[in-house]
Amino acid sequence: MTAVAAQRLIMAAVTLLGVAIIVFVLLRVVPGDPIAMMISPGATPADIAALRAHYGLDTSLPAQFFVWLKDILHGDFGTSISLHRNVLGIMAERLPATLELAFASLVFAALLGGAVAVFGTLVSDWTAAPLIDTVNGLFLAVPDFIWAFALVLLFGVFLPVLPLSGRIDPGLDERFVTPFYLLESLATLRFAAAADVLRHMVMPMLALGLPLASIITRVLKESLREAMVQDYVLLARLKGLSRLRLVLQEALRNAVAPTLALTGVQFTFLIGGTVIVERIFAYPGIGNMAVDAVINRDLPLIQGLTLVFGALFVVVNMIVDLLVVATNPRLRNG
Amino acid sequence: MVNLNRRQTLALGGATFLSELLLGGAIASAQASDTLTIAYNVNLPSFDPTVGPSAVNPTIQAIYRAIYDQYVGQNPDLSFAPGLLTKWGWNDDKTKAWMDVREGVVWHDGSPLTPADVVWSLERAGDPKTGNPIQFVWGGLGNYQIDGNRVTADVKQFDPTLFKWMAFLTGYILPKAYYEKVGAEGFEKKPVGAGPYMVDEYQGNAFLRLKRNEKYWGPKGAFDTVIFKFVPDGTSRVAEIESGSADVTLEIPYEEYDRLRVKPGLAGVCEPVSDIGMIFITNVEKEMLDENVRHAAIQAIDKDLIAKKLLRGYATPIATLEAPGYEAFDPSIKVPYDPELAKALLAKSGYSPEKPVRFKIQTTRGFKPKDYEMIQAIVGMWRKVGIDAEIEVYEIAKHYELRAGHKLDPMAFYNWGNAIGDPSTSTGFAMFSPSPHSAWKSKDLDDMIGPLWGEKDEAKRIAGWKAVDKYIAEKGYVIPLVQYSQPIVYKASLKVTPNATGALQPTLVAKA
Repeated sequence: MTAVAAQRLIMAAVTLLGVAIIVFVLLRVVPGDPIAMMISPGATPADIAALRAHYGLDTSLPAQFFVWLKDILHGDFGTSISLHRNVLGIMAERLPATLELAFASLVFAALLGGAVAVFGTLVSDWTAAPLIDTVNGLFLAVPDFIWAFALVLLFGVFLPVLPLSGRIDPGLDERFVTPFYLLESLATLRFAAAADVLRHMVMPMLALGLPLASIITRVLKESLREAMVQDYVLLARLKGLSRLRLVLQEALRNAVAPTLALTGVQFTFLIGGTVIVERIFAYPGIGNMAVDAVINRDLPLIQGLTLVFGALFVVVNMIVDLLVVATNPRLRNG
Repeated sequence: MVNLNRRQTLALGGATFLSELLLGGAIASAQASDTLTIAYNVNLPSFDPTVGPSAVNPTIQAIYRAIYDQYVGQNPDLSFAPGLLTKWGWNDDKTKAWMDVREGVVWHDGSPLTPADVVWSLERAGDPKTGNPIQFVWGGLGNYQIDGNRVTADVKQFDPTLFKWMAFLTGYILPKAYYEKVGAEGFEKKPVGAGPYMVDEYQGNAFLRLKRNEKYWGPKGAFDTVIFKFVPDGTSRVAEIESGSADVTLEIPYEEYDRLRVKPGLAGVCEPVSDIGMIFITNVEKEMLDENVRHAAIQAIDKDLIAKKLLRGYATPIATLEAPGYEAFDPSIKVPYDPELAKALLAKSGYSPEKPVRFKIQTTRGFKPKDYEMIQAIVGMWRKVGIDAEIEVYEIAKHYELRAGHKLDPMAFYNWGNAIGDPSTSTGFAMFSPSPHSAWKSKDLDDMIGPLWGEKDEAKRIAGWKAVDKYIAEKGYVIPLVQYSQPIVYKASLKVTPNATGALQPTLVAKA
């Protein structure tokens, strides 16, 4: 287990270095010079050169890269061109919003997807059972941003019971010590604030979670179907266990491993989906900020955010790998 | 005093949580009407109105103008008014500029605004090291002297538009002592201005909450609290106003504007703003050097049809880069729609619908209302007379880079804002070769424009720009299309004064 963890850590470092190089080079190769966006109409070539030097873009590409890499290794991600603030500080403020949303979406997806899969297995011999797969397929086909727009219309306009934008009601005079609003408000027993944060989270959480829930349903239901015809389940059935206990106690334990691995991979896609979903709901996480960073060609911020997204992907995959190993005795001992 | 045990406390908390979760919306919508909520179309990246990309973003100026005051004020019709300067001017030979600083003004932190703040702000703006994108304007003054509330400066390079810029991009006064005490990062965290509203709470990409400055020197805001919700997605802004979550919104599709403004409880206004749609012509490829082709391309565009049908009447066709309301607008310059003339001109150069002239045209898609659709319509009109244009869609960031490098395609759609209405900031910067924002670069035009930059006689200067505009129209160096109108939808209980600059300032919203 330790060897697996060490191997994953080395691979993670190599992956992040690769991400850093690719992003750095790509940002400077694709059109969209950040200085060109700031050039005033009356600027002379000398003014433009001064502006370029001001943002450290006047040296060669390798020189810029090594300066950036050296600074990052010292914990300095640079200063955002558009926000005029330290990139690491900004990301530390915004990342928790995305993490709370992403984990809430994951929990929602796991609960909903798991419940539907179990229910589908329990009623697999009903005439209407294929309807579950049909509806699930429909949910699977609709991408997160379409869900977002549909939810905006449904719960924002036709049945306006949920807030459309932001992370907390701007009219509330709530102050937070940490950027983890939901956790902090729950930990400090400020239930009204927690409820408001949660209300703001519902629609983006649904938009992100529904597609993942349908994937979990599909994979888990299939795994359960396979498990239900295994000898140990048949034996348990002969012992007189109810169908519900058969599914929950016997089949689910073995069916969950492939679902867990796939959920891990899909969770990284869910984090990627926060970019567009946070934008639609004006949710102040790193996804929303990434869009502005790209629009403004804020190179230090884009680079920092890409590394954070990369690190999240790596960490999630690593955790999933370790969980899969931990839950599978054959992998653990081999 | 009631004592609660742990179980009772948790039960009470749970009840509060559930009631807030279920009824929060109802509670929020019943909030005091002394709060104005604006669903705004852009995020506020930075509180420093003088540095970086946001300093030159015209859309953000509405927020800056709420927090800070400008040297010179501006009325909704683009005319100028006293701001933190009560009077200003030049000496007779224009070698010195003078400014009278308003007395009795205090910063949001209670400290007095002094002429030293004005001098420091101007010197900082003119210092290339600060990264002010408009440094070239502010650097024209130097050697400041303070005498009472009057500031005088030597004119290093005369710019007739200097005082107009004082109501425009980066023309804001910041508090010297406070800024030097907290530094740039400290200022971003807790900004202090002297404007009609003070920053109360800010969450980037979510909202900005402002409180009325009760010590403001001018007319006070109508609302105790103003909330800018940053909602960049147009569909979400429509939902914000339609659901009642916001009191005002702007820059929504014209179709949605027409639908919403007639809904009970809502109202709308859509007036022309200082923002135009145009097509740059780059004089690099041989097709664009052919005057017949350029004129044919211009004559073949039915701008009235585009304005009426595509933009649903919320646009005004223009013949030059000076829109109505701009200082050098000359209604006598006309470029009629004449497809038959276009055909004849193309025939002179050997082109016809059967043997069309071919070139590329670049456009954004969704950056401005109907930008791509407008270019599609124009390409369709061109095809009928013998022009076969291929459309390339690009991002606005790419446009800036290509334009600065004089590498745009032969034609490129763009929108040009000019909130001070001066010809130098429209025709001047768009058509003068040394400007990094020009696409047509030719000596004949530079010879006409060059002397106007420093022209000291204002009447002669404006007449000169009108002559330039007439010449450009005659030579076909650019294709002006339309002046945009800005759709604003608001609750019928409010009154919104449209601002020709396009800045939806909270002080322009009042209770009906």
